[in-house]
Amino acid sequence: MIAFLSLLARNRLALAGGIVLSAVVLLALVTPLLPLADPDVTNTSNRFVPPFSEGALLGTDHLGRDLLSRLLWGTRLSLAVGFAAAIVAATIGAAIGIIAGYYGGRTDNVIMRGVDMLMAFPYILLALAIVAALGPGLFNALIAVAAVNVPFFARNIRGITVGIAHKEFVDAARLAGLSNTRIILSEILPNVIPVIVIAMSTTIGWMILETAGLSFLGLGSQPPQADLGSMLGEARSALITNPHTSVVPGIMILVIVMSINLLGDGVRDALDPRLKSGALSRPMAATQVKRAGPVPAPTGKGLLEVQALETQFHVKDRIYRAVGGVDLHVEKGECLGIIGESGSGKSVTALSIMGLVSSPPGVITGGAAHYDGEDLIGAPYRRLRDMRGRNVSYIFQDPLATLHPLYRVGDQLIEAIRAHRPIGKEAGRAKAVELLDAVRIPNAAKRITDYPHEMSGGMRQRVGIAMALANDPDIIIADEPTTALDVTVQAQVLTILDDLRRSRGLAIIFITHDFGVVAQLCDRVAVMYAGRIVEEGRTTDILDTPRHPYTARLMACVPELGGGKRRLEAIAGLPPVVDRLPQGCAFADRCLKVQDDCRQGDIPLVRSGARAVRCLYPEEKAREAAE
Amino acid sequence: MTEALKLTDLSKTFPVGRTLLGRSTGSVKAVHPVTLSVRQGETLGIVGESGCGKSTLARMLVGLLEPTTGTIEIEGDALDNADPAEFGKRIQYVFQDPISSLNPRKTIRQVMEAPLKRLHRMPAAQRRTRISEIFDSVNLREEFLDRYPHEFSGGQAQRIGIARALAANARILILDEPVSALDVSVQAQVLNLLADLRTKFDLTYLFISHDLAVVEAVSDRIAVLYFGSVVELGPAEEVFANPRHPYTKLLAESAPVVGRPLAAPEAAGTELPDPLNPPPGCAFAARCPRATERCRVETPVLEPLGDASEAACFHPLGD
Repeated sequence: MIAFLSLLARNRLALAGGIVLSAVVLLALVTPLLPLADPDVTNTSNRFVPPFSEGALLGTDHLGRDLLSRLLWGTRLSLAVGFAAAIVAATIGAAIGIIAGYYGGRTDNVIMRGVDMLMAFPYILLALAIVAALGPGLFNALIAVAAVNVPFFARNIRGITVGIAHKEFVDAARLAGLSNTRIILSEILPNVIPVIVIAMSTTIGWMILETAGLSFLGLGSQPPQADLGSMLGEARSALITNPHTSVVPGIMILVIVMSINLLGDGVRDALDPRLKSGALSRPMAATQVKRAGPVPAPTGKGLLEVQALETQFHVKDRIYRAVGGVDLHVEKGECLGIIGESGSGKSVTALSIMGLVSSPPGVITGGAAHYDGEDLIGAPYRRLRDMRGRNVSYIFQDPLATLHPLYRVGDQLIEAIRAHRPIGKEAGRAKAVELLDAVRIPNAAKRITDYPHEMSGGMRQRVGIAMALANDPDIIIADEPTTALDVTVQAQVLTILDDLRRSRGLAIIFITHDFGVVAQLCDRVAVMYAGRIVEEGRTTDILDTPRHPYTARLMACVPELGGGKRRLEAIAGLPPVVDRLPQGCAFADRCLKVQDDCRQGDIPLVRSGARAVRCLYPEEKAREAAE
Repeated sequence: MTEALKLTDLSKTFPVGRTLLGRSTGSVKAVHPVTLSVRQGETLGIVGESGCGKSTLARMLVGLLEPTTGTIEIEGDALDNADPAEFGKRIQYVFQDPISSLNPRKTIRQVMEAPLKRLHRMPAAQRRTRISEIFDSVNLREEFLDRYPHEFSGGQAQRIGIARALAANARILILDEPVSALDVSVQAQVLNLLADLRTKFDLTYLFISHDLAVVEAVSDRIAVLYFGSVVELGPAEEVFANPRHPYTKLLAESAPVVGRPLAAPEAAGTELPDPLNPPPGCAFAARCPRATERCRVETPVLEPLGDASEAACFHPLGD
């Protein structure tokens, strides 16, 4: 709640709206206590007294009634009707929406078609019809305004409810023996309430306007009772001769509706989880670079050389050191595996190379990535954009999320080519077919007109690979490209990648958590833990004789096919959170061999020949930890 | 030995497409009639690729989906009225995504109390002691009870999911990919916990996963599902080591194993048949190197093959 209020207060306009609205509401609440003239007493000898006159601060109207008094009493009434209508509409609409969304099927169909029919009438016509049927009067106007707004709430809430009703926790509640009513009240409603509040805060101003509209037409409050709409209506005939009688209620309506809408927008922004996570704030085109130390000079190792790369996420006052000084390189035609658990920094390392980490909150704070002698970190955006896809391309885990759902895959491939060089329609098509053939999509000429949803997961990932190949890059960075695929499809996709790198001399950086995949595909492997490489070397060496205790333990806790039923060697505890990294070795708390000096100072990555290990007490040659 | 769970001809057909009047224009057989039995205290592994019907089968077993045909017997009693509350006392479900299976707006204590209150009508004082007992058995600290789900890591949330299933006092647990959303180092912790609980409370598990190695490591017997049917059933140590059904062999050969060179065991581009328009005969025939004319016409059924294994194949391997 306090977080919500402080978030709301950061929005200046919303804060201003809130202050104005509270003032108006307060004024309306204390109206009966103020020394005001009776709002309904006529005094025709004092008609149309201008504002700021003696005894009538805002003047009088066509019957000589005190405008200030009528304004305050009228505001009181209009606010009350508006809020009441909003609450009635929200309650009934939400109830309808939740029932339709939760039960689905025929119930949903019948209810929603009824709601659609209500929506098919222009709202003012519907309101007029309701008032005509019930007779004029403020209470009937309230009913009309509420009824007209019910469909809006019903539709909104139904949509949200459908999403929630299919969540696993609802199934779990059912299995725990909860009845449908209880599930609606205790599982669904608490998750829907924020949406109801958002919808209410954005519509309440509208409802006050609608009530005023009906009163203006003489269908709402009846004379002599004042509300803002009827004041406007009665002043209409004197609009030219005595404009103050219309301006006074008009300004009040403007002030109320503006302040409610500003506050409502603020409430929506503060409550909406998507806005809270910052997902709707546009990231920069390339990751922000703020390197403190000197930029390392290239040593000429490999096609791509990453040196001392540091990437951090700055969230509020916390600093997450996602990548804490990573060195790696990859040669032409080589496949380098990066293995680690979630949060180990393997994906962030890969994304940092081409400036693809979203900023905010990502910041590259140190290091370099030399491609062919050129430092990519801090390169201008135009240069990066030119190189993305053409020199270094990416394959991501979820092809359904990376392909645009509304474009045919062929067109997306052609677009990827066009981003780098002009290509004619026919040539583009031919190239797209050639690419799909290269990733062994059967009947490629026919499938380029498919939409992504028409393809299976394996086929989509092949399109993802084809797109990465579109501009003949030298390096492909594949971030868990087969994790979402079934084993038989995974085997096919891995074979395609392996063939491509042999036939085209591609360098591949392959990110995964699966030792089996690494063993089959990668020449070298780097093991990451808590943002740093803890061990690196040739794949066969590392798999045969892991030297870092983490590598050994991690291998031991993964079951391997053919091992039969057995107890696994679990690693106790959790990886450290990267905003509070311990001194010394990050694995110390989970390590069985930990010594006092493991928790002090920086432990360097010690290189000997092709291997490197970041451990003071590495495993001996035999796989003692694994056994 | 007593049978904890017995399915007879259990199947599920979903209507697809809809005309203006709400009549369906077609149907998809998600699960073809399955007959299976699970012994008390046994772990039956169910493996299969996405779309093979393993989650549909699991949801029927706990009553979240009504079967189209067939019966379910739990500990000798028929339960076919598809009432989750009735099922809940005997059979419980552990979900794949541990975080989304917990209501974000409820404390863990509220989550844990629901089955005790609703299924067993337990008074408050008794609930308190029971919850501490359960939390102790899944190695969670009691102070977690007053926190909200988003404060937990995946592994902890999955322990809570397991604890909730235990709270219902069910003796059969359906574990639907219980570790596939977890990191490898945490996977092993949860798998070991499940093994301990099984011996401690004499539980029966149905362990569903797409990860062959995990299933092999935890199961007594394994059923292989393809396109809605059980194509092979056998002892865990045999199924992948000596596959009898060609599909099982394909699965076993596709799994990445350290020390085995990379080779796609089948031609590229082979896919599952179209569920809206299933082929006649064996669903695997189009991908099968041993398929004959008979396979494309007749549908094989699950038959014992002399030893402990069963396979639905006219030309099983190793004959």
